[in-house]
Amino acid sequence: MKKELIRLVNCVMEFDGEAVLKSINLTVYDKEFLTLLGPSGCGKTTTLRIIGGFETPTSGEVLFDGVRFNDVPPYKRKVNTIFQRYALFPHLNVFENVAFGLRVNKVPKNQIEPAVTEMLQLVGLKGYEHRDVSSLSGGQQQRVAIARALVNNPRVLLLDEPLGALDLKLRKEMQTELKRIQQQSGITFIYVTHDQEEALSMSDTIAVMNNGTIQQIGSPTDIYNEPQNAFVADFIGESNIIDGIMKQDYLVSFGGKNYDCVDAGFKPNEEVDVVVRPEDIDVVPLENGLWSGVVKSVAFKGVHYEIMVDSGDYVWMIHSTDAQVPGTTVGMMLEPEDLHIMHKFYPNGSVAGVAEVE
Amino acid sequence: MRKSRRLASLALPYGVYALIFILAPLLLILFYSLFYQGSQGFAFTLKHFLKFFDFSEPVYMKVLVRSVRIALVSTVICLIIGYPMAFILSRMNPRVRNIVSFLFVLPMWMNFLLRTYAWMTLLENTGVINSLLGSLGLPPINIMYTEGAVIFGNVYNFLPFMILPIYNVLIKIDKSVVEAAGDLGANFFKTFTKVIFPLSLPGVTSGITMTFMPAVTTFVISKLLGGGQNAQIGDLIERQFKSVGDWGFGSAMSVILMLIILVVAGFMNSYEKDKSAGGVLL
Ligand SMILES: Nc1ncnc2c1ncn2[C@@H]1O[C@H](COP(=O)(O)OP(=O)(O)OP(=O)(O)O)[C@@H](O)[C@H]1O
Ligand SMILES: [Mg+2]
Repeated sequence: MKKELIRLVNCVMEFDGEAVLKSINLTVYDKEFLTLLGPSGCGKTTTLRIIGGFETPTSGEVLFDGVRFNDVPPYKRKVNTIFQRYALFPHLNVFENVAFGLRVNKVPKNQIEPAVTEMLQLVGLKGYEHRDVSSLSGGQQQRVAIARALVNNPRVLLLDEPLGALDLKLRKEMQTELKRIQQQSGITFIYVTHDQEEALSMSDTIAVMNNGTIQQIGSPTDIYNEPQNAFVADFIGESNIIDGIMKQDYLVSFGGKNYDCVDAGFKPNEEVDVVVRPEDIDVVPLENGLWSGVVKSVAFKGVHYEIMVDSGDYVWMIHSTDAQVPGTTVGMMLEPEDLHIMHKFYPNGSVAGVAEVE
Repeated sequence: MRKSRRLASLALPYGVYALIFILAPLLLILFYSLFYQGSQGFAFTLKHFLKFFDFSEPVYMKVLVRSVRIALVSTVICLIIGYPMAFILSRMNPRVRNIVSFLFVLPMWMNFLLRTYAWMTLLENTGVINSLLGSLGLPPINIMYTEGAVIFGNVYNFLPFMILPIYNVLIKIDKSVVEAAGDLGANFFKTFTKVIFPLSLPGVTSGITMTFMPAVTTFVISKLLGGGQNAQIGDLIERQFKSVGDWGFGSAMSVILMLIILVVAGFMNSYEKDKSAGGVLL
């Protein structure tokens, strides 16, 4: 049984009359790892600041354990934040930055030193205790910020792109570390990122945001496999998104051909977005294909090849472990359940992104 | 190389200016304080300094001590009034803030002699304040020609020099750092003592320097509001040059005063970790 911890009810946030958040409804459960995922400027930080108490929503309610929390100041909330731009205290050294929360909360002196030391060890900054924070690199400052928030053992930890300044290797390490901390300590994490891979690998729940609204909330697998609209599909992983027409239940038409699918419940002949994941398309000999195209380019991506195939009306992105020869004509194949049919999200025509790739 | 030389040549006019109007007078003062004109031209002497440091009759040293005391008290009062004012100002929304800080600067555009004369008419025994008290049936208070009046004049005239540097530092403090303190559980009071105040110290030190220096050297305020018995070292120097005519002694006292200021400024500067912040004088 999941216990509800924080709930935003119809939260609207306006700055100078401009709605930055448009009616956000979001439930965060106890001990959950929830990620707010979305492009830059979509309102992730603003949502986090409402939960942290740094902004009061223009309208709507913030509930904490079911109690209205809108006007409770930050210092009374059992919530700690890792700020997007670290916000370290420039006049204190690394040790004192981390110890700040413990000192103001009157933790006995003899407990402060071991707690801070342990935290610095955890974030890999042992031996940096007496360094000036301004002398640290961006990644090191970020880790001080993580330690400074975590050391207080809050009920809820808000993390605003906490790994943004780290190199890939360190980021992967810290991802594992943060996830481990979250599972061990049972702290509820509300995590902001625009890195979909990070979101998919760490979260229990993902809320995909765009333009001040939540597009979809669900587990990483739900979001990835059953995106509710073309925006989510496009943002989470790479997708082929093409215009189609839903002829009838279980039959969709695109590129002048009809295909079996597993979706139903659309209006007859409704215009839809058809979303196909690049890894769901198989390249087959020409005669076995459902449809065909000319191989435009092949790029090695480490684990797989990224193959672009032009079928005349659309350039398909395909991920495959086998390379193809550019210029050859190949067949393409997929299963009915690999076609994801969605109500039109983008008002006119195709999605910016994959569809435009030449 | 050539470019830097060209840039250096741009500073030439200022160099000439500094030579004529800053360095030359300083050297002259030093010269007058250490030499006297005897029958065969100028001769080296320490008598001007010895006259000042005459411990059997320490009149001049007493004036110096009083000047420093008055300047210190004025500076402390400026700090006590100025810090909260700067803080409130920094918290106002930017539009109101600009208007209010303009109002603070506005009186500084008027010659401070005029302002001080204006206060004389207000503070006099028959002045505005005492007539007001009288009309309320209260006894008049004797303000003019006391040390209190001098301190009052100093505070009034030099308060902006305290407020502005502190204000400038306060508005530059990163808002997110203040939020971080709240996030970590610090209420307003703790946020202030543990974050805001320590971060505003560069402004405080330059505010103190910029208030103390004019307060310790002033001679008009003490003369107008303090009368003869509250003379400051500045008045003494002025008198040597203008009425007594002992340029040597006046110069010696100027040198002593400059040394005091240099020590204070050096002391305050060493307190400032971040020398770039605030309106530092040296
Ligand atoms: N105090 C403010 N005043 C005016 N506009 C604001 C304010 N704070 C945020 N906004 C606007 O609200 C929108 C959302 O901002 P927010 O910081 O929440 O985005 P974000 O999703 O965190 O983006 P990023 O990934 O770039 O950090 C932006 O358009 C931003 O300009
Ligand atoms: Mg942000």
